[in-house]
Amino acid sequence: MANGDRPELILRYQPAERVTHWLIVVLFVCAAGSGLALFHPALFWLSGLLGGGPWSVVLHPFVGLAMCAAFYLLARPLWRHNRLEPRDRAWLRGIRDVLDNREDRLPEAGRYNAGQKLLFIVLAACLVVLLGSGVVVWRIYFSAYFPIWLIRVSAVLHALAAFGLVLAVIVHIAAAVWVKGSVGAMTRGTVTLGWAFKHHRAWFREMTRPTTGR
Amino acid sequence: MALQSLDIKRRSATTIPAPAVRVAATTEVAKLIDTSKCIGCKACQAACMEWNDLRDEIGTTTGVYDNPRDLTDRSWTVMRFSEYENPKGDLEWLIRKDGCMHCADPGCLKACPAPGAIVQYANGIVDFHEEHCIGCGYCITGCPFDVPRISKRDHKAYKCNLCSDRVAVGLEPACVKACPTGAITFGTKEQMQRDAADRVVDLKSRGFDNAGLYDPAGVGGTHVMYVLHHADQPALYSGLPARPVVSPLVRLWKGAAKPLALGALALAALAGLLNYVRVGPNETDADDESAARREKERANG
Repeated sequence: MANGDRPELILRYQPAERVTHWLIVVLFVCAAGSGLALFHPALFWLSGLLGGGPWSVVLHPFVGLAMCAAFYLLARPLWRHNRLEPRDRAWLRGIRDVLDNREDRLPEAGRYNAGQKLLFIVLAACLVVLLGSGVVVWRIYFSAYFPIWLIRVSAVLHALAAFGLVLAVIVHIAAAVWVKGSVGAMTRGTVTLGWAFKHHRAWFREMTRPTTGR
Repeated sequence: MALQSLDIKRRSATTIPAPAVRVAATTEVAKLIDTSKCIGCKACQAACMEWNDLRDEIGTTTGVYDNPRDLTDRSWTVMRFSEYENPKGDLEWLIRKDGCMHCADPGCLKACPAPGAIVQYANGIVDFHEEHCIGCGYCITGCPFDVPRISKRDHKAYKCNLCSDRVAVGLEPACVKACPTGAITFGTKEQMQRDAADRVVDLKSRGFDNAGLYDPAGVGGTHVMYVLHHADQPALYSGLPARPVVSPLVRLWKGAAKPLALGALALAALAGLLNYVRVGPNETDADDESAARREKERANG
């Protein structure tokens, strides 16, 4: 039990989940950086991240593959927490209150709120498209096996999905910086009881129920 | 630039204008290939190898005259032979010297993400600078004629450069120099168009009613042009595209999508920052902690 000044903590992410998450972060920075470098000349300097243009072309696909694999490992057990439910509709309608920091007006959220669920789904969908289209445009090993029209379609899809992914990650980072305690959940693994109570009331109840509480 | 004739008009993956003071001082050049005069001797291929110091691997025969079978990183031009049975039942041997067409609106240059790896000179020649090439293959995706080839040895893209080094010092391309029948000629684009027009009249008088010049407008015209006996059916010449254009997908990908996507990402990041300073951090305070504790105690009876 917590004493007066030290809030009680509950576990949100296991060490393995944290390690996987931050591995994805590193891989994402490398993949997105080298990818954006090839997308717009104004960002070509980002190719320096992986050691220049040719090295970006060589490494980007492998980094992307590793990112997809790591995301799969992290996402598989979290999938069931991210299924959309009827109450998520009300949460999304209240997006104005979300942005205004008026969480008290929103329906209570489970382990993840509707915004987080949508983010999760968008990330997963974008990665699936990136993986498929990425194989087609992987010039050195695979492009020779595909017709030119498919390579062109894949180039557009790859850029589109990458745009979606980067946009989703920007939202993810903005929310993590904004909602204090979130970064701690992914670095130390724990959140305070009050954090869970405020942001994820339904999850809080689940976690503090006598039979299942930890 | 040391060579004024090599002034650069367009440079891949570059957002600032190219040096433009001297542009259009010299006229645009073109190579004219008259398929009706070609005898398929491959002297042009040999001259290309010689001048550019290229020696392709010895291939295997596949039962047709095309040798090598396709363009490669070390074969920048290939004679393509097709046997066409015309409506009268006669055999026509249509031979086309394939290679880079040097489009006025080059899809390769549009698609290329490496600054300066592809340039278009003021004289119209589209040149690859392999030392800047990163080996991504986007030029292949962008090309409407399936011309660039990535080397398996150094993973750089190669193609015909219209002997830009020769043209820069006032010489014609090596293939033009070697052609024994005058099927390949070189000069200003205007002169080549005039020569072609004369030849088309000539061909028409000899029964080739559909003779014409192949200088496709879809890519802004080309700096390698063909005189075709059957200009109404370019596909007869080993699949020469009738209306080549830079694919709309490539235009979207390397056109509108670039500023739109970059702008949207920048706006999203800015919106996140501004909303943060507008409403302040979303914090959990002592009241939340005590409310949570009370709730938990109630739940646990």
